[in-house]
Amino acid sequence: MRRRTPPPGTRVVASALGAMPFNLLCATVLCVVAAHAPHMPAWYTAALIAILAARWWQRRHRHRRVAAWLRVVMLVAIPATVTAVYGSPLGQEPGAAIVCGLLVLKALESESTRDARMAVGFACFILMSALLFDQSLGFTILVGLMLLPALATLRALEPGLSQPRWLSAFKPATVLLAASLPAALLGFLLIPRLGTPLWGSPGSGVARTGISDRMAPGDLQQLLTDNSVAMRIGFDGGAPPPEDRRYFRGMVLWDFDGRAWLPGAMATRRRPPVPVGARGPVTRYTVTLLATHQHWMFALDLPVDTPEGAGMGPDRTLWSIKPIDQTVRYRVTSATDYRLAPAGLAPRVRAAALQLPQGYDPRARALAASWRTRAGSDDRAIVRDALRLFHDGGFAYDLDAPPLGRNSIDDFLFDTKTGFCEHYASAFTFLMRAAGIPARVVIGYQGGYWNEFAHYLLVRQSNAHSWSEVWLAGRGWVRVDPTAAVSRVLLASTDGAMGGIDGGGSGWWLPWRNRLDVINRWWGQAVMGFDALKQARLFRPFGIDHTSVQMLGIALAVTVFLALGAGALLASLRPRHKPRDALATAQLRLQRKLAKLRIVRGPTEGPRNFYHRAVHQLPGAAIQLRELATEYLVLRYAHAEPPPERTRAFVKLVSRFRPRRVVK
Amino acid sequence: MDGLAQGTPPGFLARTRRWSRSLMRGRKPEPLPVRLDRRRIYIVPTRAGLGFGVLLATMLIGALNYQNNAALLLTCMLGAALASSMLLTWRELHDLTLRSVHADHGFCGARLPLHLAFADDRRARHGLRIAVDKLEQPCPLQPGASRATVTIPTELRGWMPLPRMHVSSTLPFGLFRAWSWITPDQHALVYPRILHKDAPTARTDDPNERAAGGDEFAGLRDYHPGDPIRHVAWKASARHEHLLVREFDRAAPSQPLRFDWDTLSGLDRETRISYLAGWVSAAYAAAHPWILILEDRRPLGPATDAAHYHRCLTALAEMP
Repeated sequence: MRRRTPPPGTRVVASALGAMPFNLLCATVLCVVAAHAPHMPAWYTAALIAILAARWWQRRHRHRRVAAWLRVVMLVAIPATVTAVYGSPLGQEPGAAIVCGLLVLKALESESTRDARMAVGFACFILMSALLFDQSLGFTILVGLMLLPALATLRALEPGLSQPRWLSAFKPATVLLAASLPAALLGFLLIPRLGTPLWGSPGSGVARTGISDRMAPGDLQQLLTDNSVAMRIGFDGGAPPPEDRRYFRGMVLWDFDGRAWLPGAMATRRRPPVPVGARGPVTRYTVTLLATHQHWMFALDLPVDTPEGAGMGPDRTLWSIKPIDQTVRYRVTSATDYRLAPAGLAPRVRAAALQLPQGYDPRARALAASWRTRAGSDDRAIVRDALRLFHDGGFAYDLDAPPLGRNSIDDFLFDTKTGFCEHYASAFTFLMRAAGIPARVVIGYQGGYWNEFAHYLLVRQSNAHSWSEVWLAGRGWVRVDPTAAVSRVLLASTDGAMGGIDGGGSGWWLPWRNRLDVINRWWGQAVMGFDALKQARLFRPFGIDHTSVQMLGIALAVTVFLALGAGALLASLRPRHKPRDALATAQLRLQRKLAKLRIVRGPTEGPRNFYHRAVHQLPGAAIQLRELATEYLVLRYAHAEPPPERTRAFVKLVSRFRPRRVVK
Repeated sequence: MDGLAQGTPPGFLARTRRWSRSLMRGRKPEPLPVRLDRRRIYIVPTRAGLGFGVLLATMLIGALNYQNNAALLLTCMLGAALASSMLLTWRELHDLTLRSVHADHGFCGARLPLHLAFADDRRARHGLRIAVDKLEQPCPLQPGASRATVTIPTELRGWMPLPRMHVSSTLPFGLFRAWSWITPDQHALVYPRILHKDAPTARTDDPNERAAGGDEFAGLRDYHPGDPIRHVAWKASARHEHLLVREFDRAAPSQPLRFDWDTLSGLDRETRISYLAGWVSAAYAAAHPWILILEDRRPLGPATDAAHYHRCLTALAEMP
């Protein structure tokens, strides 16, 4: 770059930041903070925005700089605050919060063009990091649009904005971003992906999403209000299983410590899976599970085989060998009508299925004992008693469940009587164990929404569910969903995690929502899941089975070269026919007519000379040509704007002019 | 010219010749009009552009490492947009046609204004900058207003070949700088450096007349461009639509001032020219008639008008 250093005092291009670029810079920073807002504490976001707004107001009305001491204080305070909140400055979330704060600080002290450019670059980088937290289609588009203020700021930093208005600053940026979309997509396809990351492991430190392996009252609550997609399932043969059989088994929890249910030793021991006896046809299907960063996989109750790269636990739960850090697809076969361990339970298993902590929930134990006394040895009657209690005992389904005390089961059963699936599953399993029936908790997903449009079952996080399994003599493990017994619904999640309430609801927006989810599925599979493996198969339709990194590099280089060439060609295009007035058009027409007779006007020949030459070479048309010449010269040079009626007369003269070549 | 002349069809030979000439474009003076075509526009990233390049590389590596395709897509978008801005920067200069250069009058030592007329191709070039020396001068062009004025430094009096002009632009984002050279094959006249010294004739010839206030007030007339500003009758003008100037009776008054080359004997040549130029401009400002007699003893004047003024200064500037 040629850097011209002007002598002191002669700097023409002002480097001080004008009002318009500063406003745009503030807008850019605001966008970046907004993009990170979902995972920052609300008060922190609000504080950053308030600081930015205060600076904007101060610069606009007070025309002052930010005091140096204040900047130093902020430089120390931002990392300190974040560290205090998150416990550590390391990790993605605290890191993002710190850089957002530093960006605001940079915007605060930006007083020159150079500062502002640096701030814009910094902002672009932080904008990208927002995508580490959320990669959904909508959010990606939103973040892409947030590039607009950044580019508009860069544009406004240059001189010659036609008007200092927002529109004129945004227009070039918008046009450019739209025009560069094809090039961006080509780059996306062809930039070689890394087979293995250079450092760290992708997704480490990302907040865990989805179901966890612990169930305490209230744990699932956040999940049940989360409408994001958990998985999509396409069934062989098209049709989904009936609604009452859409239970997707995740984990089995054995141990109860008085408050929370945990997998316990029974679930984690390496034992072969309990054999299952399938009755009726099996269901084959393909699950597309979105990243959970955990190991477990979900299968329709009850899987009979194990997908590739996965293992099966003793309780017929599936787990992936590698953590699911990106969207995975797997095929499973399940029997929806089955007999699981009907012959009997090993003593150790039975003991684990009856284990209860001592010193908790005396009233629930007493209730279970009373049922046992009444029913004698009929386990099924006890199950019915419990379900009747939930149905008729004034219980309500409510996501906003009141907190429970030390004896959580007692509090729930006799006091609050309000809760959701985990309260019911927990209480039911407790009652069963207290009554001497082997029981355990299963968590996973239930329900889902059948997309008629694209034939797949959509399961959202809000479909997370927990239910119980009780062991009945002769039947084996039987699934019991105590939540389904509750009749009164106070506050369900929007999608309804309760058994039976469908994922989609109903309404005029339903077809659109279905289509939208098809797009989301495509986004997840084709775009987010486009990895090194899929890239290697990129040119398979063209007969290249494996595209190596070198080939991709060459293709990328060729594409860049071609794109630049095409762009240069487009940029250099100028209107072949510049907008001309009628007079010039007529004159050109005359010149063409004369050119046919080899009287060509030279590149530097003026009109008067040209006409003179034409008269000389075409004596036959001399009178007409002289008239044309006079008219043209008068019209062109005697008036600033040729009078229209005389121009029309000239045009008529030209069209009537039919020269003949006279052989001299 | 009406601009409708047709070019000769390019032959192979002509094309080769043009190409070989293009290597020298902008370095040798060339006749106007000069059109900046793709062969003579150069483009490089600015320091900010290099910074953004590093930023994009970092973003790319980060997105690839985290196998985050959304971030990669965003990086590609930003990269493609910034790369396309290179084309826009280039387009800012492409097809720019300098039609004519009109040099204004200027004295040696001061900056000489050049009025540039570009062909109006109905395109705005907001970011155009022209530098002759170290000083970059913004010359934004609008559709329909394709004129700009730049100033060039002057060092010697007389006919000066127009210097090489560095035409550049960094629009739209300041990440690339496109530039080209234009050297118009044209000369500008630089008037001599002005040195002030009391005019001998004004003092010695007619001291009485001057003391009596020889410029007799004769009346008011409309202001014409070029009238000395101190003759404007401000109070009278305030009551009229136009400016009025006081007119002085020229018939009787002062004898013309005589600025003679020979009165300055003993000084070196350039100093004499500078003193004469100073007297001429002082007399013109005071609207005194004057006669300039140079080495060849042929008197110029007497007169007071702008034509006389420029004739005198041109004669001084062109002195060997």
